[in-house]
Amino acid sequence: MNAHSSPTLWNRLVLWYHQMGSPPYFYAFAGRWRPWFIAATLITAVIGLYGGLLLAPADYQQGDAYRIIFIHVPCAWMSLFTYAFMAGCGLVGLVWRVKLAEILAMESAPIGAAFTFVTLVTGSLWGKPMWGAWWTWDARLTSELVLLFLYLGVIGLYHAFEDTRQGARAAAFLALIGVVNLPIVHYSVVWWNTLHQGTTVRLFGPSRITWSMLWPLLTMALSTHLYLGWSLLGRARVALLELEGGKDWARAIALEDAPHG
Amino acid sequence: MHPVRKRRLIFVGLILGAVAMATGAVIYGLQKNMNYLFTPSQVLAGRAADYRSFRLGGMVENGSIVRDPHSLKVDFTVTDGDRTLPVEYTGILPDLFRANQAVITTGRMQGGTFVASEVLAKHSATYMPKELAEAMAKAHAKHHVVMPATAGGTP
Repeated sequence: MNAHSSPTLWNRLVLWYHQMGSPPYFYAFAGRWRPWFIAATLITAVIGLYGGLLLAPADYQQGDAYRIIFIHVPCAWMSLFTYAFMAGCGLVGLVWRVKLAEILAMESAPIGAAFTFVTLVTGSLWGKPMWGAWWTWDARLTSELVLLFLYLGVIGLYHAFEDTRQGARAAAFLALIGVVNLPIVHYSVVWWNTLHQGTTVRLFGPSRITWSMLWPLLTMALSTHLYLGWSLLGRARVALLELEGGKDWARAIALEDAPHG
Repeated sequence: MHPVRKRRLIFVGLILGAVAMATGAVIYGLQKNMNYLFTPSQVLAGRAADYRSFRLGGMVENGSIVRDPHSLKVDFTVTDGDRTLPVEYTGILPDLFRANQAVITTGRMQGGTFVASEVLAKHSATYMPKELAEAMAKAHAKHHVVMPATAGGTP
């Protein structure tokens, strides 16, 4: 990878893509960025929670009980986002056989499963007092549960193979097939009569929520994205070292004290 | 693109396309059968006649809630804006149960009354502070508009 004579934006992107695909480069890159991700995660979480739990007014119908949305909704968005990210990396891994893409796909699965689990638990805790039921088999709740099973299936299939890279490709394929569930989760409240309420926050068109409640919600959404970055970079570093344990760069890191390659 | 990668990409694309089409067909097929609830109009039209127990959904009609002073029995009327159905329930109601709120009740028809074994409250997707809701209600009452917050929650 020599420097290009006239580096256009596209050339730079291609160069970056190839650099990132190189395990030692990514290992060092991830190590540099992780502290920034966790710092930004904590700062945005404190701001978001302060705004959501203390500054935001009580809801006209639910009182203070609605405040679970500051955890529930960002986690629910992340359960879908992480899945889409996992499937995207899985596609790159399947077609181009990029080692790092396989690792990123497989390492994002447990994080996404955790987000899905938190979504289901917080929703259940809120559902009992508000709806009158911990659980009901409506389309939104059921499709979100299917999402959790898809994550668990990907994790299980990955670990069922002796050869890590073979397992990653098989699990990436399952992850790709499961993508059909994402629009079902999102549109379930539109397509069917559900107990779960419809969409409150919209990208296009007006949101049905007051600004003083919306900004802490969006801040928490940013915080959960940053958390995914921090968690994923750390997991990918460990997975890379495990996979490349015999290589020179990994040995060099093991011999050095400072892990800054 | 390298021919091997191209072949892999086409292979993955074809599989995904097939799965998406199959899922679409299943969803389309279920659309008619997968009914979480019936509205009072549908029940009165005999659409729920095949079911011993089913879910009835709609809004609690304003001023229809009658609580028995000696027990947990509650009578109210569920409406879909078109037809209404009287409902009878004995038990603890969820926090969000109130007039003009959407509910989903499970139970069976006994004579002309729906005897519910479970009452769930459906929350609307609108969030706002109490002061704003009151101000809006005042403004709407002046112009004879139905509250949008609860009207939007019709199941």
